Amino acid sequence: MFFLCWQLIAIWILERVIYLKSEILRIKEEALKNLRELESPEALQELKVKILGKKGSLTAMLRQMGGLSPEERPIMGQVVNEVRTRLEQAWEERSAELEAMALQMRLATERIDITLPGTRISRGHIHPLTQVIEEIEDIFLGMGFQIAEGPEIESDYYNFEALNLPKEHPAREMQDSFYITEEILLRTQTSPVQVRTMEKLHPQLPVKIIAPGKVYRNDDDATHSPMFHQVEGLVVDQGIRMSDLKGILLNFSREMFGESREIRLRPSFFPFTEPSAEVDVSCMLCGGAGCRLCKGTGWIEILGSGMVHPKVLEMGGYNPQVVTGFAFGMGVERIAILKYGIEDMRLLFDNDLRFLQQF
Amino acid sequence: MKVSLEWLRELVDIDQSAVELAETLTRGGIEVEDVEDLNKGFEKVVIGEILSLTKHPDADRLLVCAVSVGHEEVTIVTGAQNLLTGDRIPVALIGANLPNGLSIKKSKLRGVVSLGMLCSREELLLDDTVGLDRSSDGILILPSTAPIGESFGHYLGLDNSVLDLELYPNRPDCLAMVNVAREVASLTQKKPHLPKWADQSQVLSLPVATDLRIIIEDQDLCWRYAGLMVEDVHIGPSPEWMQRRLKAAGVRPINNIVDITNYVMMEMGQPLHAFDREKIKGNVHVRVAQPEEKIVTLDNVERTLNPHTLIIADDTQPLAVAGVMGGLDSEVTETTKSLMIESAHFSPVSVRRTSRRLGLRSEASNRFEKGIDVSGSVAALGRVCDLLQDLGAGRPVAFVDEVKHIPPRRQVALSTERTSTVLGIELAVSEIHQVLEDLNFEYQENDGLFRVEIPTYRSDIEIEEDLMEEVARLIGYDRIPTTLPQGDQTQGRRTPEQEFRRRMRKVLAQSGLDEVLTYTFTRAEADAQWGSAKHSIPLLNPLREELGVMRTSLIPGLLDVAARNVARRNTDVSIFEIGNTYWGDEQPLKKLPKEELRVAAVAVGKSDRHWFNQSSSYDFYYLKGIMEAVAHEFGLKLEYRLAENQSLLHPGRSADIYLQNECVGFLGEIHPSLEKEWGLERAVLFELEMEPLFKKTRQTVRAHSIPRFPAIQRDLAVVVGVETSAEAVMSKIRKLGGNLLQHVEIFDVYTGKPIAEGHKSLAFTLRYQSLERTLTDEEVSLLNSRILEGIQQDFGAERRK
Repeated sequence: MFFLCWQLIAIWILERVIYLKSEILRIKEEALKNLRELESPEALQELKVKILGKKGSLTAMLRQMGGLSPEERPIMGQVVNEVRTRLEQAWEERSAELEAMALQMRLATERIDITLPGTRISRGHIHPLTQVIEEIEDIFLGMGFQIAEGPEIESDYYNFEALNLPKEHPAREMQDSFYITEEILLRTQTSPVQVRTMEKLHPQLPVKIIAPGKVYRNDDDATHSPMFHQVEGLVVDQGIRMSDLKGILLNFSREMFGESREIRLRPSFFPFTEPSAEVDVSCMLCGGAGCRLCKGTGWIEILGSGMVHPKVLEMGGYNPQVVTGFAFGMGVERIAILKYGIEDMRLLFDNDLRFLQQF
Repeated sequence: MKVSLEWLRELVDIDQSAVELAETLTRGGIEVEDVEDLNKGFEKVVIGEILSLTKHPDADRLLVCAVSVGHEEVTIVTGAQNLLTGDRIPVALIGANLPNGLSIKKSKLRGVVSLGMLCSREELLLDDTVGLDRSSDGILILPSTAPIGESFGHYLGLDNSVLDLELYPNRPDCLAMVNVAREVASLTQKKPHLPKWADQSQVLSLPVATDLRIIIEDQDLCWRYAGLMVEDVHIGPSPEWMQRRLKAAGVRPINNIVDITNYVMMEMGQPLHAFDREKIKGNVHVRVAQPEEKIVTLDNVERTLNPHTLIIADDTQPLAVAGVMGGLDSEVTETTKSLMIESAHFSPVSVRRTSRRLGLRSEASNRFEKGIDVSGSVAALGRVCDLLQDLGAGRPVAFVDEVKHIPPRRQVALSTERTSTVLGIELAVSEIHQVLEDLNFEYQENDGLFRVEIPTYRSDIEIEEDLMEEVARLIGYDRIPTTLPQGDQTQGRRTPEQEFRRRMRKVLAQSGLDEVLTYTFTRAEADAQWGSAKHSIPLLNPLREELGVMRTSLIPGLLDVAARNVARRNTDVSIFEIGNTYWGDEQPLKKLPKEELRVAAVAVGKSDRHWFNQSSSYDFYYLKGIMEAVAHEFGLKLEYRLAENQSLLHPGRSADIYLQNECVGFLGEIHPSLEKEWGLERAVLFELEMEPLFKKTRQTVRAHSIPRFPAIQRDLAVVVGVETSAEAVMSKIRKLGGNLLQHVEIFDVYTGKPIAEGHKSLAFTLRYQSLERTLTDEEVSLLNSRILEGIQQDFGAERRK
C-alpha cells in the first residue's frame, strides 16, 4: 500500500515534471520565434522583461518548482537555466543584429553637403599695431626687461631738457611738436620715459625696461602720421657696453624678423646718446641681396640707439662715472609696415574693417 | 649740403667713385641722402662740326649733314634751319638717352640713314646761357672754340656728381667744403690739401682801417664782427669754374663780388656779406632794432623790425638784418667802387628767430642758426683777399676785427681703457693714436691716457664720450662685437595692470569686436557732446581744426570710424578701442593733466550672415552680452541702472553701469535724434573706465566643488507688467530660493497674444540643489510655490499657464 501510494505520488510528480518541462520549452520556442520578428530594441527589451523579468513567465516557472522533490529540483533547475542562457544569447544576437541594422539605416540616410561653409564663431581682430607692440614686448620680456610707462602729455623738461636738449637746441627742430602751453606738450618720443624711470628706480640696478606708447609730431603725409607709436628701450648697469646694445638688438631682430637676420650699426646723432648709432637689419625680403624694399642696399633701417649720454644718466640720478647704459627707440608703424608688407602707412589709422580684418 | 665732387677733389684726393664715397661717408656718420650724376643724359653726346649741308633728295624740309665727331664722320638728317657749314654742335650718337627722355636710335628718314641727332637746347634741358644767339630757333650752336669730338658733358663741366649730405645738428662743420674734405680725408686716410687759410694760423697782412669803427652793442648776440675794406672794385661776371661750382652747390651766380662771398661761404662755412662802402655813413653798429624801425631788404620788401631783431646799422639807419638778409640801399651794384665785406658771428638763436619771423631762410642764415666757428672769421676774409686778387675784382686795403668773445679751445681727455670698456672692443693704444692722426687732431698721450686738443671747427666734441664716438666711427662700427649684458639676471613680466589691459583686449576681440586705433585729438564739438568741454585740453598748434582738442571720450572717434566704414559699404561694424582720455582741470594747464584709460565699443548693423544661423541686428543686448563676458572674465559684478544722461542715449534703451555703487560707464543705443548727425542708424555703444574695473578685479579664482547630489530643475513662467524689470523678479526669486536655489536663468521673454496688453511673460529655469543631500520632490515643490507666491505678492504677477 505504501508502495502503491508512493508510486502514485511518483507518477503525479512525473507528470508534473513533464508538464513543467514542456511548458518551459514552449516558452522558449515562442520567445525565440517572437525574437526574430521584433524590429526595435524597445520591443526586444519588453519581451525580455515579459519572460525573464521578475514577473516574467520563465521566472514564474521557477516559482512552481517549489512542489518538486529535492531530487528533481536540480534537474528542473538545470533545464530552466539552460533555457535562460539560450534565450539570453538569442536576445543578445538579435540585439546586435538590430543595432547593426539601425546603424546601416542611419548611415544610409544621414547625408550632408560637406562643401557648405561651417558655422563661424565670429571673432574680432586685434589691431596690427597692437599685435606688433605685444610681440615686441614679449621678445623683451623674454630677455628680462620690464615694461615702463609715462604720460603722453608731457612737460618740456622730460621731453627735451632732461634728454640733453636745452631750449633753443637746434636738434629740437628735428621734431615738430604739438604744444598745449609753452611748457606742456604732446610727447614727441617715448624717450622721456627713460628719465622718469631712472628717477623712480635709482639707485637700484640694473634698470632694464622698454616703454611702448603713443607719440606725436606735427606732420601728416604718406609717410608721417601726427600720432604714431614708439618703443623705447633702456638698460643701465655697471659695465654696460655698446657691444651689449648690439647683442640685445641682434637678438631682437632675429626674433622679430627671422633667425637669419644680421644687423649693422651706423654712426648717428641723438642728443641723449653718445656714441649714437642707427641700426639696420638685413633685408627680410631679399636677405641682403638688394631689392625694391631695401632700395638695393640689402639693409633696412629699423631703429636709433646709442650709449646713454652722461648728462641724461645724471639727470636720472645715476653717476656716469659708475654706471653706463644704452638706449634705443623704434617706430612701431615702420616695423608693422615691414612685417606685414603694408603699402601705405595711413591704412593703419584709417580703420577700414577690410584692412583690419586681415590680421 | 650739396657737395660737388669736382670741387671736393681739389681739396682732398679721392680714389672712390661717387657712389662708393657716399657709402664711405654714410658708414662714417655723414649721411649721404642722394648722389646726383650731373652728366646724366649726356653720356653719348659729343661735340661735332658740320662738314657739309645738302638738301634731302626726297624731302624739301630736311637737310642731310655730314658731321665730324672727331675720330669719324657721320651722316645725320635734320629738320633744323639755323645751321651753317662749320658750326660746332652737340651730337647725340646712337644709344644716347637725352635729358628730356629721348632715346637715339639708328633711323631712316625718307630713304636716308641717319646715325644720330643734332640737339637743341630744349632737348638737352639747357638754358640760353649756353651757345650762340643763333641757337634759339633750332640746333644749339656752340662757340667755334668748342673742341670737336669732346664729350659734351665734359665741355660743360657736367661730368661731375653732387653728393647731397643730410647733416645731423651736431655736425654744422660739414656745411663747409674744407670740413667735408677733412672728413673724407679722415675716413679714407688721405691727406687733405686745403687753402692755406683753412688752418686759421695765417694773419691778414693788412692795416687796420681807421675811417670806420665796429661798435658791437649787444655782445651776447654778436661775439665777433670783422670787416674787409676793398677798393678799386670791378663788378663783372665771375669766371666759369666758379659759376659752375656754385651752380653745382645750388647757388645762383650773380656777379664776381657776390659770387666770391658765396664761394667762400660754401668753402669755409663762414657766411659773408658785401656792403657798398660808400653807403655806410659813419661807423658800423651791431645792435637790436628799435621798435617799428624799418628796412627795405634785398628782395625789395619793406620790413618792420622789432627789438628782438639784431641788425647792422650805420650812424643813421639799418643796413642789414644780421645774418639773414642785406638791405637794398647798401647792396653791391654795377657802379660799386668800394666795399666792406662782413665776416661775423651772430647768435644762432637770434638768427633763427628772426629768419622764422621774417620768413627768410638762406644758406647764410642756415649756417648761423646751426653755429659757425667764431675763430674763423678773419681767415675767411683772408680767403676772400686771395680770390679778389685772383679774379682781379678788387684791392683789399684794410680790415677791422672787433672781438667780444671767443670760446677757449677745448681739451678733452680720452682713456683707452674706458673707451675699450664702453665700446666693448679690445683697443690697443696704437689704434687710438691712429684715429687721432687720421682726424688730424693734436694730442698728447701718457700711458694710454690721451689729452686731445679739439679743433675749433668741431664744436660737437665736448666730452670723452664724443671722442669715443670718433674712435668707433673711424675704426668702424662693424668692429663692435655682439655681447650680452653681464649683470644680474632679471625676470621680465607685465605688471598686473598691463596684464589686465591685455586680457581685456583679448576678451573683447574674442567676443567679436575689432580693435581700432584712432587719433587722440578730435573735434571740439564732438568731444564736448560725449565728453566734457570743461576738461578737454586744446592744442596750441593743431594740425587741423578738427584735430583741435585732446579727447575726453573715446566715443566720437569710434562713431567716426563706424560712419566711415558704413559709408564705404562695410555695413556691419562692431569695434572697440582701449585708449587714454585726457582731463585738464584748469585753463591754461599748469601741471600735467590726468590721463584716464578707457575702453569703448560701437556696433551697428548685423552680426555675420550665415546660411544656417539667422543673422541678428546688433542691439543693446549684444553689447551687454559682451560686457557680461568682461564681467565674467574679471570676476566683476556689474549693475545696470537706468541711464541718467538721456540726451545722448535712447532713454528706453540705455543703462548706466555701476560697480559697487560707483558709476563706471554707460551702455546703450544712440539717441534717435543724433542718428542723422553721425550718419548711423541704431548704433549701440558703451564706454567704461578701466581703472575701477582693474582695481576690483578678482585676483584669483576660488574654485567651488561640484555638488555630488542630483539637482532638480523647475521652470516657472509668470506674467508681469511690462515696466517690471527682469532683474527685480530674478533677485526676488534668488532671495526666496535661499541656499537650495543654485541657479536661476531667464529663458524666455514674451509679449503679445494671449498675454494681456501692458504685460509680458517671463520664463525662468530654477535649479535646486543641496551640497549635503538629495532633495525630495516635495520640498522643491514647496519652495517653488513659495517663490511663486512671493512674486505674485511683490509684482502682482500671475503664473502663466
